[in-house]
Amino acid sequence: MENREIILSVKNLNVRFSLRGKSLHAIRGVSLDVFKGESLAIVGESGSGKSVLTKNFIGLLDKNGRIDSGEILYAGMDLAKFTTEKEWAKIRGKKIAMVMQDPMTSLNPLKTIGWQISEALILNRGMKRAEAKAAAIDILKDVGINEPQRRYRQYPHEFSGGMRQRVVIAIAVACGPEILICDEPTTALDVTIQSQILGLIKTLCRKYEMTTIYITHDLGVVANVADRIAVMYAGDIVEIGTADEVFFNPQHPYTWALLSSLPQLGEKGKELYSIKGTPPKLFGVIKGDAFAPRNPQALKIDYLVRPPYFEVSPTHKARTWLLDPRAPKIEPPEIIKRLHDLEQEGEAGEADE
Amino acid sequence: MSKWTEARARTPLVSVRNIDVTFGNGRNAFKAVDNVSFDIYRGETFGLVGESGSGKTTIGRAIIRINKVSAGDILYEGKRISGKIDRECDREVIRNIQMIFQDPMASLNERAKIDYIISEGLMSVNHGMSAAERKEKVEQALLDVGLLPEFASRFPHEFSGGQRQRIGIARCLVMNPSFIIADEPISALDVSIRAQVLNLLSRLQQERGLTYLFIAHDLSVMRFITNRIAVIYKGVIVELAETEELFRHPLHPYTKVLLSAVPVPNPRVERKKKVLVYDPGCHHYSDGERPVWAEVVPGHFVRGSERELDAYSEERDK
Repeated sequence: MENREIILSVKNLNVRFSLRGKSLHAIRGVSLDVFKGESLAIVGESGSGKSVLTKNFIGLLDKNGRIDSGEILYAGMDLAKFTTEKEWAKIRGKKIAMVMQDPMTSLNPLKTIGWQISEALILNRGMKRAEAKAAAIDILKDVGINEPQRRYRQYPHEFSGGMRQRVVIAIAVACGPEILICDEPTTALDVTIQSQILGLIKTLCRKYEMTTIYITHDLGVVANVADRIAVMYAGDIVEIGTADEVFFNPQHPYTWALLSSLPQLGEKGKELYSIKGTPPKLFGVIKGDAFAPRNPQALKIDYLVRPPYFEVSPTHKARTWLLDPRAPKIEPPEIIKRLHDLEQEGEAGEADE
Repeated sequence: MSKWTEARARTPLVSVRNIDVTFGNGRNAFKAVDNVSFDIYRGETFGLVGESGSGKTTIGRAIIRINKVSAGDILYEGKRISGKIDRECDREVIRNIQMIFQDPMASLNERAKIDYIISEGLMSVNHGMSAAERKEKVEQALLDVGLLPEFASRFPHEFSGGQRQRIGIARCLVMNPSFIIADEPISALDVSIRAQVLNLLSRLQQERGLTYLFIAHDLSVMRFITNRIAVIYKGVIVELAETEELFRHPLHPYTKVLLSAVPVPNPRVERKKKVLVYDPGCHHYSDGERPVWAEVVPGHFVRGSERELDAYSEERDK
């Protein structure tokens, strides 16, 4: 994992939204390096800023939002300085593409599937229509759609949810982007379809050597796809590490809480663990650790000073005072240890190597 | 004695007997639910699992009389509630059976205050209710689901997804039902909020002895909350068993596929995971061979031909 090429680097990014005359601090000083060829998952509750963060990478921030300070470095350019659509047109779709959450709303219902894929090819790669059609049919085959010639002429309403998401993925990979951002790619889908779509994204990324950034709130999805996991809370990355580190050696109390509330860890007849309270309002200044008010074991200092990152291993760091040598020893909850023993339902024991 | 045998000793609260639900007519007819039967016992949580389009929601909607059944009967406490029934009975159904909907963003009237949303059903059943009594009931319902009484004068858009789902649950509770159909009540919610809503549902069940029909596609949640599970594929129930039995000894190939797709929050397991795909042709039924519904071990039903059933019971005994 060390000495790998950094493809995208976010440096101390601050994003604010103006909302009804008030200023909302949505991203509070996030720094993040994305390595070439890896798959990074950003996990957090709704409102934690995970979507807002990645929307900055393709210039799709809502009109009332702006980058306050910080840099987003990609291929020698600072994306945070981009202002015009002309500049973005060189990046968006071509270099960095995005798969949106809901395949029902991200396709144009009035245009055929083929038209929508060719549009991307014609605009971004300067292909002629006939050429684009051939390429689009190839891509449709690539994403696992049967009878691509016939499907090319069909409209989105003739496709099922899973098939539509395949089309959205086809459009995203059509122009051979270097980075693919998947914003909750499977939330709207069934479990069986979900695993197929995740498998498809994985295969395509390997085939075209793309870097993927997943955004999700579902830790089950994350375990399947991620090399590294970044946990976001209240506009900040509170913990980042490899998938194994975050699942088996979590450090931040918020990561503990998130893992504990998984229904897979619940015991029948007993209460599931749930995080008390609500996320903080991001209007105004947050003092100390943003999670402290919801953390029953919060230290005094958590309310006063924002913790810096403490390094657990070269690939694993967390923003919590618990890692300070002076902090009292607080053990992670018992329940999380059970993650080790979780096996695949129904086929227990077969996973041995 | 297992939970299942206990349940069996009791009388069913809801019985679904050989129902068909057909949409459209003539050449366009589409049978969404095909000859489905099951019993739901008092006080249990019965799970219905299947992919989208399998007809699981349609069954729920048939029980609450939103969709008509084209054949078969649905019994509630031994009384038929499907097809043509008298007014009195209809009112009973409305009062006793309530539904929690999937998407809390879409299931609340945006223009109505919470007060009205919660008490609407109450007013339509009980015309002579005084304003004071209504207010009291609404406030009690809000408190029951962990919201504050003063929320009654607000609008839905002022609430988060989890709170909205609680309002949806309060709307059910105010009718004082004995049977609640929960149609994917948590699939639109965040992981941390899911736990809260699930806890709320199981607390209410214990306090009030409610019976749930829990409809979902996510088996990980089902294992935690249900007592028995029926697996449905394209309108046909293929397997039915007590929850732990189903997870430990899935017999029907489709059930195995569903179980293999459940995400496990353990990267080491996930990386090695193989996801199966269900091919309806894998049964290789020859001419004249018809799958039947049979009990392999007590309480564990599966659909298969005689040849398959023999194989299933052998597999089960291993």
